[in-house]
Formats: sequence, structure tokens, C-alpha cells
Amino acid sequence: MKLVTTLLAGAAFGLAFATAAVAQDKTKVGFIYVGPVGDGGWTYEHDQGRLALEEEFGDMVETVYQENVPEGADAERAITQMALSGADLIFTTSFGFMDPTIAVAEKFPDVKFEHATGYKTADNVGVYSARFYEGRAVQGTIAGHLTESNIVGYIGSFPIPEVIRGINSAYIHAKKVNPDVQFKIVWAYTWFDPAKEADAAKALIEQGADVILQHTDSTAPQAAAQEAGNVYTFGQASDMIEYAPMPRVSSIIDNWAPYYIARTKAVMDGTWESDNTWDGIGAGMVGIGEITDAVPAEVKEEALALKDAIASGEYHPFTGPLNKQDGSTWLAEGETADDGTLAGMDFYVEGIEGDIPN
Amino acid sequence: MDFGSINPILLIASLMVASTPILLAALGEMVVEKAGVLNLGVEGMMITGAVVGFAIGVNTGSSWAGFAVAALAGAALSMIFAIITQVLLSNQVATGLGLTLFGLGLSSLIGKPYVGMKAPGFAKLHIPGLSEIPFVGPVLFRHDPMVYVSILIVAGVWYLLTFTRAGLILRAVGENHNAAHALGYKVKTVRFAAIAFGGAMAGLGGAYVSLVRVPQWVEGMTAGAGWIALAIVVFASWRPWRILLGAYLFGGITVLQLNLQAAGSSIPVEYLSMSPYVITILVLVIISIRGNHGAPGSLGRVFHASH
Repeated sequence: MKLVTTLLAGAAFGLAFATAAVAQDKTKVGFIYVGPVGDGGWTYEHDQGRLALEEEFGDMVETVYQENVPEGADAERAITQMALSGADLIFTTSFGFMDPTIAVAEKFPDVKFEHATGYKTADNVGVYSARFYEGRAVQGTIAGHLTESNIVGYIGSFPIPEVIRGINSAYIHAKKVNPDVQFKIVWAYTWFDPAKEADAAKALIEQGADVILQHTDSTAPQAAAQEAGNVYTFGQASDMIEYAPMPRVSSIIDNWAPYYIARTKAVMDGTWESDNTWDGIGAGMVGIGEITDAVPAEVKEEALALKDAIASGEYHPFTGPLNKQDGSTWLAEGETADDGTLAGMDFYVEGIEGDIPN
Repeated sequence: MDFGSINPILLIASLMVASTPILLAALGEMVVEKAGVLNLGVEGMMITGAVVGFAIGVNTGSSWAGFAVAALAGAALSMIFAIITQVLLSNQVATGLGLTLFGLGLSSLIGKPYVGMKAPGFAKLHIPGLSEIPFVGPVLFRHDPMVYVSILIVAGVWYLLTFTRAGLILRAVGENHNAAHALGYKVKTVRFAAIAFGGAMAGLGGAYVSLVRVPQWVEGMTAGAGWIALAIVVFASWRPWRILLGAYLFGGITVLQLNLQAAGSSIPVEYLSMSPYVITILVLVIISIRGNHGAPGSLGRVFHASH
């Protein structure tokens, strides 16, 4: 009898050991998405990064994802579940997942977390984001040249620093090439609601906007612009090339793959440390989609020159002299904005009308 | 703030377009509830209609074909609900919620190949003569055909429920299914028909989102419109013309708040966004003070001939 027990215990031990060994071979990487993978924008690009990860590491890595996770209390449950399922590294890919990520990370000190676009870090929580505002500078330049009504519509998602930076950067550069330009800003209070985004685009077009910039994730504003005719748009987060050459004349493309691969590698090698990565055009995290022929050649040239200057670090999109909306001085002549101010940006620059909602 | 930049003609016209999906879905749900059945699966049927309508529209190049098949798809999905609740006598609330989840999953499965594709056009129909009237013309008579169809269906449902024998039987089944059964009416047959109609209307509403309003297929694109449709039925206290009013109010608020923002209004958008729901609650309070809540007597109750 005793022999049987010993044998059984031995078998159980062996089994447990085998499972552990298998589990150690594979690094499990989890992704929490705010929208569906098929949104054609923000979440789609994160998922492309996930697929690139599988391509790169093959059998060494196992990826899991959960899409359509609402920002808020439910996010904490989703992240916890992913950590419980044995993920070694979890990317939470929306600003609203910031506090839930920190909360879950406290409970799972051995799991590494990476939160996109936030600013709170911990020993096992790193943050990463892309300098989208660099791309916005290029967009603003093109928009300023293209608009004939001098009204540029801007669909904002939530009034958070990331979005406000984009508005300011686009406005500064549109104003530079077209002093009469005016921005009309609509807050959709959603990252993803195609019907609402389409309505927002229509409202802006009806009020005279002939260029629409969006900081929401779906292609609905592109479709609305196409229907309206002479309205220009830019792809957001993803290339949205299916709407080229008109209305989509260019785009900002998020390229997360290199970062995801590097961070997963760090976990595999045991060299992972909490970081605060903020890369832009130069590092390749922000890409500028092809500028179509609907844009005059000289404008295209100017936009590309600006892109190159930003990429090389020669030019910073927030370079003084710049005033805040209330007229007070923000940056003196030649001064550039520091990352701290940019990360917490909660003001418009001079010339933009309207208030930022609280 | 510059209200001058809001053009009332364009505002009302786009309000009608924004409201059409919820109008169609709410009208269908009202008929279902009038027959005494509570189907919470509207969102699931809408999104299924949206993806099927879009797929057929893209493949045939005809939006009309898309609408027709979307209605069939919505009705087919609703039949699952009908069989489970009417034949197998399951709980309607739970089944309806299940139908929504099922529809959301099914639609993203069907929709995978259609992400990023463009919808076939759906030309606007300027009604000759009427569309030339100043103000009224551009507001009411320069829409795509589905807007007119939706209003015609409101009138049709109203006529059917108020003036015909069939409408009377439907209401009798909804008010008291035991009495209706005792009188020899086929309670289940009537309810199956009502549920199918509700499904077809939800499918049409969904297809309107994917073929006209957005127009493209994106996962999860109805984004809660089905739940708003359910709220509108209560808001309207189960009456067709009030459904029209409710849908235009709910849809109108969305369009209005976006326009106000673009015009630089300082009213916080949260107030506008929540106002239709506040009004719905007020309406509920008022109708219950009056003692007649307007809800069909047998709403949500299980019917079995032996009970």
C-alpha cells in the first residue's frame, strides 16, 4: 500500500514538475484592449504588435488578449484574470486602465505590467507611449494648407493630456502656415463609437469644417467625410489607407511591434525593469502614412521636411515663443517644452477658442 | 459661443438620420411588448442586422437587398428567442440578455472579412415638389428612402394596433394571455409573429447604421443603440407616435450636443447626454402617479395553456 502511495506521489510530483517546466519554456504575454481588434485603428495596431511578437518568438511565446474591456472597475477584473491565468507580462493598452493596472500590479509582484499612455509606474509597472504630437505637427501643417474655409474640425475623445497635446501641436503648425485658421473641437467622450464619431464629423462638416482631424479610433469619420465630398481627413493610429487618396490624405501610424518584442525579450532574459518609454518619429514608434496626391506637391514636401526635422531631433514641435490660451507666456523664444509639462498638459495654446471640459 | 454657425435645417435633417436606427428598433420592440413579451435581445439583433445587411449590400451592390436580408436575419435570430421562451418556457429576461451576447459574438465572427470595406451607396430621394418648399423641404423631404419607410412603418403600426382586428387580438394577448386563450386566440402564434416582427425591425435598424449612418462595418458598431431603443419604448408608454417622438428626442440630443460643442457652447455635455434618461424617469413617474403605467398586463410573464 505504502509503495502505491509513494509511486502516486512520485508520479504527481513528476507531473507537476513537467507542467512547470513547460510553463517556463513559454513566456505568456497578455494584452488588454479597450476596443475590438477589428476597429481599424488603435486596438488594431496593438494587435498587429501582438502578432509580430508571435512571429518573432514562435513557440517561445504564448499570447492572449481580451478585447472590448471597458475603462473602469471592470478593467481590474479583466487584468486580474489575465494575471491569474499565468501571464508573465501584461500590456494594458488604454489610458483609462492606469489605476486598475497599478492596483492589480500590487497584488501580483511577480508579473510584469506595461501600461500605454499613462504616467504611473511601480517596480513591476512600466509605462510607454508614443509622441503622437510629432505626427500631429505634420498633420497640422498639411491641414493649414488644405483648408479653404479656414475651419479645421477636431474630434477629441477625452480631455486628457495626450489628446490636448495633439490638438495644440496640430493647431500651432496649422497656424504657422495659415494665420486665419480656426479649430472647432468636439469631445465625443468615447474612444470607439462609430455612429457617434460619424455624427461628430457630420456636425463639424455642417459647421463649415473642410478638414477633420480625429483622436478617436474608428474609421467612421473618414466615411462621413467621403460622403460629404470636399473634406480632408487623416488616418488615426492606423493607416486607414482604404480611404486614400481622398478623404484620407495622410495618417499617423502607431508601430508598437519593436517595443513589444524588446520588452518580451527582456522578460525572457530576466532583464526587465520598470521603464518610462516615450518614443516618436525618430525611433519609429510613430509613422507618417503616405501623403497622397490630393495634397499639392509643395505642401507634401514641406510636411516631409518637417517630419525629417522632427525625426532627427533638430526641431521640437513645441518650440517657443508660445503663449498659453490666456495669453500668459509658456515658452520663450527658442525654448522647447520639457516632457513633464507635456505629459500633464491641461491647457490650450493661444489662439484656440473654447474651454477644456473638466 | 456662436449659435449662428448651427444651421437648423441641417441640424434637424441630421437628427432624423441619427434617430432612424433607434426608431426602427424601438417600434419593433414595442410591438413585441404589446404582445406581452419582453425581448432584451434588441442590441444583439441590431448588430446582427448591421453585419448581415452590410455583407449582403457589399456583395450584391444593392443597399435594398442588404436591408431585406438584414430584416430576415433579425427575424431569424429572434426565432431562437421565441422558441426558447415560448415553447421551452424559459425566463425572458435571461434569454433576451443571452440573445444580445450571442448576437454580438456572431456578428464579429461574420464581420471579420468585411472590416475596412465600403458600403454601396444609398442615394437620397428628393421628393419632387415637396423638397422645394423652403425650410420644410430640406428638413423633411430630402432624405434617403429608409427615413420615409421608417415613418410609414410608424403610421402602419399605429393603424394596425388601433383600428384593426389583428391589432386588437395582439393587444388582448399582451394584456391578459389567459383571457385571450380562453377566447380561442392562439397566444403563441400571435407572439411568434410579434417577436419575428420585432427582430426584423431591429435588423433593419442595425442595417441602417452600417449601410447609411456610418456607413461601414466596424465590430460593436451599434454601441448600445439597442438599449436606448428599450428605454424609448418605456418613455413612449407603448404608443407608436410617442416612439417617433422619443426616438427623435434621444437621437436629437446626441446630434445637438455635438453641434453645440462645435459651436463653442459652454454647457457641459454631460447635462445634455443624460437629459433623455432624466426625461424617461420623469415620464415613468408621471404615468405611475396617474395610476396607469401603460405597460401591457402580461408583459414578461410565461404563458402555458395548462396554467
